[in-house]
Amino acid sequence: MTSYGRTCSVPPIVGKPALEVEHVSFSYPNMVDDALEDISLQVMPGERVALVGPNGAGKSTLIKLVVGLEHPASGAIRVYGNPAGACQHRVALVPQRTSVDWRFPVTVREVVMMGRYVHLGWLKRPTPADREIVENALERLQIADLAERQVGELSGGQQQRVMLARTLAHNADLLLLDEPLNHVDVPTQELIFHVLEQISQEGRTVIVSTHDLGILPIHFSRAVFVDRHVIADGPVAQVLTAETLARAYGVRLCTDPGEVLNGRLAG
Amino acid sequence: MAAWLAEPFTYSFMLRGLLAGLLAGAACAVLSAYIVWRGMSFVGDAMAHAILPGIVLAFMQGVSLFVGALVSALLAALGIAAISRRGQLKEDTAIGVMFTGFFALGILLLSAINSYQDLTHILFGDILGVSRADLLGMLVVTVIVVAAVAAFYKELLATSFDAAHAVAIGLSPDRVRLGLLALLALVIVTAVQTVGVVLVLALLVTPAATASLLARRLPLIMALGALFAMLAAVLGLYASYYANVASGAAIVLALTGFFVLAFLFSPQRGLLFHWGR
Repeated sequence: MTSYGRTCSVPPIVGKPALEVEHVSFSYPNMVDDALEDISLQVMPGERVALVGPNGAGKSTLIKLVVGLEHPASGAIRVYGNPAGACQHRVALVPQRTSVDWRFPVTVREVVMMGRYVHLGWLKRPTPADREIVENALERLQIADLAERQVGELSGGQQQRVMLARTLAHNADLLLLDEPLNHVDVPTQELIFHVLEQISQEGRTVIVSTHDLGILPIHFSRAVFVDRHVIADGPVAQVLTAETLARAYGVRLCTDPGEVLNGRLAG
Repeated sequence: MAAWLAEPFTYSFMLRGLLAGLLAGAACAVLSAYIVWRGMSFVGDAMAHAILPGIVLAFMQGVSLFVGALVSALLAALGIAAISRRGQLKEDTAIGVMFTGFFALGILLLSAINSYQDLTHILFGDILGVSRADLLGMLVVTVIVVAAVAAFYKELLATSFDAAHAVAIGLSPDRVRLGLLALLALVIVTAVQTVGVVLVLALLVTPAATASLLARRLPLIMALGALFAMLAAVLGLYASYYANVASGAAIVLALTGFFVLAFLFSPQRGLLFHWGR
């Protein structure tokens, strides 16, 4: 049973983390190695957390587990104190670009309206209140002038604004963004972070997966480095060290030129 | 001129054929938008062929061809879902196996009852042989399809555009797809009577393909597609009456003609427009 179109029967539990991941392991069928192994993580309401790691480290998998696209083999995931999936109104997802069929004939406004679907449910049509929420979301991401355009005609940055506008319309408390900055122009990146900052000031929780290390110190207070396990977790200034990077990305950062040369000769 | 236009439809079988063409055209065109944009034409063609054994068995047993065809199509759809669900084989492989297996079974049964004459009707349609009961069935199917697509517009849109988001808000893209396949089976069973097993794919693909060259929004693509499909039915029937050619083929060719015209002359996407620039 899903909460699509129903009212959420479970209220958020005060004092509990927005997201609590407890000893979660997961592997894909036909794969030998676990995609995630014994991951534990707590994110408090209002935090803005970066999920960092190389491709294939399991960042996307973790996000998929939280929104219910996959189910953990062991461990527990709780959202505002309730089991993941108990209230889908409360969690919004910006999926990776490749999971979206951008060519499908749908307008920008229709895509943003999809953020209201979980509240509407079966057989209900959008009300004037829903339309107003959608218009506000379009305004906030400065794409109101594109509302009638087909999403497939937009640039990568504009498309990503549309996806964030959809999560605003969703009005969720926990936002998960999977690599939202790929193929995005600089003004859009700035706008996305500006909106995310506002969202977390409203007390909502934002988790962004990225492999772009440059944005960490400017836009996030906390970073979680993942490579199947949690490698480092804490304030960006503390965890963004050469050692963490070496463990997450499997490279050795050398300071001594001689060492590099020796390494090459040995390799 | 008016007399020339009215003359064919003074015959009741022509009038029934016209109604059948209009109904099948409308029902197909509405689904056509999803077939085209979700990339489902192969499964559509497969289902059209998979109904053959059901039709033949129903014919042998003297029960309604409509029911036989529908049962056959649904069995094939379930078989495809069962095979591809295991994850060992891709869906299009499962479709290929089931589709040819069912079709071969149909041909085998037909050869057993020695009735290749009926085969022509099944393969190429028999729009002028549509009965009142058939028409009623077509009307019911068209109403069901239009009502279902309107009622589940949101869910069809969400699962088509972004399946991950759909799951995250509690929808099941698999179930929505299964519902779509069930509608597809209903529509194919009705459309087969007008253009036959071999050409039914044209009614499922060409209307929305043509409309997509002219319109951008899904409801408009459906409406324009329905208009083209219904116009093609009318043109096809005139051609078949006055030039004495096969009506199913004439309908499909009229549709193809519309597509070529749109491809060449579409205001924004046409070939000539691009040359002109």
